[in-house]
Amino acid sequence: MPSSAAVAYGLDGAETCVRMISPHGVFEPNAAAEEFLPYLDRLTEADHRRFYRDMVVVRRFDTEAANLQRQGQLALWVPSHGQEAAQVGSAYATRPQDHVFPSYREHVVGMIRGLDVVDILRMLRGVTLGGWVPEAHGNFHLYTLVLASQTLHSTGYAMGMQLDGSTATGNPETDQAVIVYYGDGASSQGDANEALVFAASYQTPQVFFLQNNQWAISVPVARQSRTPLYLRASGFGMPGTQIDGNDVLASFAVTAKSMDDARAGHGPSLIEALTYRVGAHTTADDPTKYRDPDELAYWVARDPIVRFRSYLQGRGIEQEFLDAVDEEAADFAADTRRRALEITGPEQSVIFDNVYAEPHPLVAEQKAWLDRYEASFDEGEN
Amino acid sequence: MTVATDTSVTSAALPMTKALNAGLRRAMLDDPLVLLMGEDIGPLGGVFRVTEGLIAEFGDKRVLDTPLAESGIIGTAIGLAMRGFRPVCEIQFDGFVFPGFDQITSQLARMRNRHEGGLVMPVVIRIPYGGHIGSIEHHQESPEAYFAHTPGLRVVSPSNPHDAYWMMQEAIKSDDPVIFFEPKSRYWPKGEVRFGESGTPLHASRVVRAGTDVTVVGHGAMVSVLLQAADLAASEGISLEVIDLRSISPIDYGPILGSVQKTGRLVVTQEAPGFVSVGSEIAATVAERSFYTLEAPVLRVSGFDTPFPPAAVETHFLPSPDRVLEAVDRVLAY
Repeated sequence: MPSSAAVAYGLDGAETCVRMISPHGVFEPNAAAEEFLPYLDRLTEADHRRFYRDMVVVRRFDTEAANLQRQGQLALWVPSHGQEAAQVGSAYATRPQDHVFPSYREHVVGMIRGLDVVDILRMLRGVTLGGWVPEAHGNFHLYTLVLASQTLHSTGYAMGMQLDGSTATGNPETDQAVIVYYGDGASSQGDANEALVFAASYQTPQVFFLQNNQWAISVPVARQSRTPLYLRASGFGMPGTQIDGNDVLASFAVTAKSMDDARAGHGPSLIEALTYRVGAHTTADDPTKYRDPDELAYWVARDPIVRFRSYLQGRGIEQEFLDAVDEEAADFAADTRRRALEITGPEQSVIFDNVYAEPHPLVAEQKAWLDRYEASFDEGEN
Repeated sequence: MTVATDTSVTSAALPMTKALNAGLRRAMLDDPLVLLMGEDIGPLGGVFRVTEGLIAEFGDKRVLDTPLAESGIIGTAIGLAMRGFRPVCEIQFDGFVFPGFDQITSQLARMRNRHEGGLVMPVVIRIPYGGHIGSIEHHQESPEAYFAHTPGLRVVSPSNPHDAYWMMQEAIKSDDPVIFFEPKSRYWPKGEVRFGESGTPLHASRVVRAGTDVTVVGHGAMVSVLLQAADLAASEGISLEVIDLRSISPIDYGPILGSVQKTGRLVVTQEAPGFVSVGSEIAATVAERSFYTLEAPVLRVSGFDTPFPPAAVETHFLPSPDRVLEAVDRVLAY
């Protein structure tokens, strides 16, 4: 018996929620999926394999990163277990020229955009506040830890695309758009709502990709909203679509259409992906204190990877491929662990570096003072 | 307006609003990436008319009348700066900056640091501030200390039209975020703006009246109060040296310490509440660096540690020339 939250936001029986693959792995698009079916024609057999491979690899990576945290090698870990389909499908709907503004749980989106996941671990290991140069890593911007702050940055960035003429020229190979990830908890933040206001006002080329994973740490989505979150879009004057977020094909197809529309100058839109945070919020969290085990079981039975594997098996995928993916995932995790343990640094000078772009006397004085102070201990030893 | 930046005109007597307008216009002519954003800054020209005429000249792609949401203005300005633009945001009144405070302090101020130097954040946030205008709540405040306390921000405040013209251009050229406090009680008095004469560096403080007995320091609208106090003191045979701080973060201590070397007495002044304030910081630093030259404790003359009061009693709240002179008398009597 699923909890009330699972019923209210459940995946079963909602005809308005776009779904391509049933929870049992059968391709049976519902009525809401019809307009998005042509976008599936873009996918090759190789794409299907990549979707599966990426979902499996990131889940294994996710487990390894949580283990690293338990062993004291990371300050914190933010699991993505359960949200793989929403993230993989939407990420593959972006084009190289697009810009991606993540929240802080979109590890596989970063991977797909070309980010080395060890760069994510550098931040969570406490050696950097950022970790990578977005323009050199698929335009995947930095994680933002204050909820929904990035929604405004993404909207401003999309306004910039309009102002510098990089979008809506009619050339889908070069026209740019933005996708911003946030969640059901962040949807209550003022910034998320202001971003929707600005996006609608300026008709920015962007997609708001809201992963409703049902929980904001310990608070259920019912406390964030009395209405399905995708319906909020219409109040801001933009299209909103709800998808089965555990269906990677639904995530791909709906995001592909929304991003196409954004690049073509048709303005912003919102996608609510219904999914579930199977793990804890972070490694500092204990969901057994507030979640119904039946609810967890309900969602685990709708696991996005199991579903897509069944789908692929129905299409006759060979077992050797599935086994090879498992092996690749294990190797990836082991390699990540090894490289995570090799992360070193930074120098203490990082305290003072890049606080300002231009010289600042106070920072310069304090940097010089710290150097002198710490050098004084060395002199004492001599 | 066009007169103000006509190259054949070398100087003009302008109110600060028009000097700021000329500075903004000059910056927009010099760099097509400079954008203006804010509430009512388009056809209306802003509630103080600082941006008057600019949308007509530069169009609505350079002058953006925004939705009424300060966090939205700052947050989208950050995104625009990431994209390579140089946004200048207008906050309508001092007390309305706080809905944008998180985006300023947690995002704007740290964005370059978080990116390990991989980007610059050339965003200017203009904030009309201070009292003396007899207005309602949230319209007369001096919140500069909050921003000076935040690493990654630069904070400046001109006291006169000439500085306003030049400091606005310097702030826009800066690759760091600059919080630009405009003393609204000084918006209307005219002063000479010398268009051909490059201004003092953005972060330099400056002696605006030489004296020998007591050093008095202030910024923004306080500078005119200090100059009035110096006139009154002179009539009593007391010589005040007046320093216009101009920059609140960083603070240029050179002229302040040089002056205290000479006078041995320092009074720091501000409209803001004195507790944990810019004046407190200056007092502490001068005590640390110039203890043996001081003949008396450094005194602060500030707004009281209360909310800005109803305008009917603001003259009792705001530091006046007489309140400055009361402190001057105390440091001289020490």
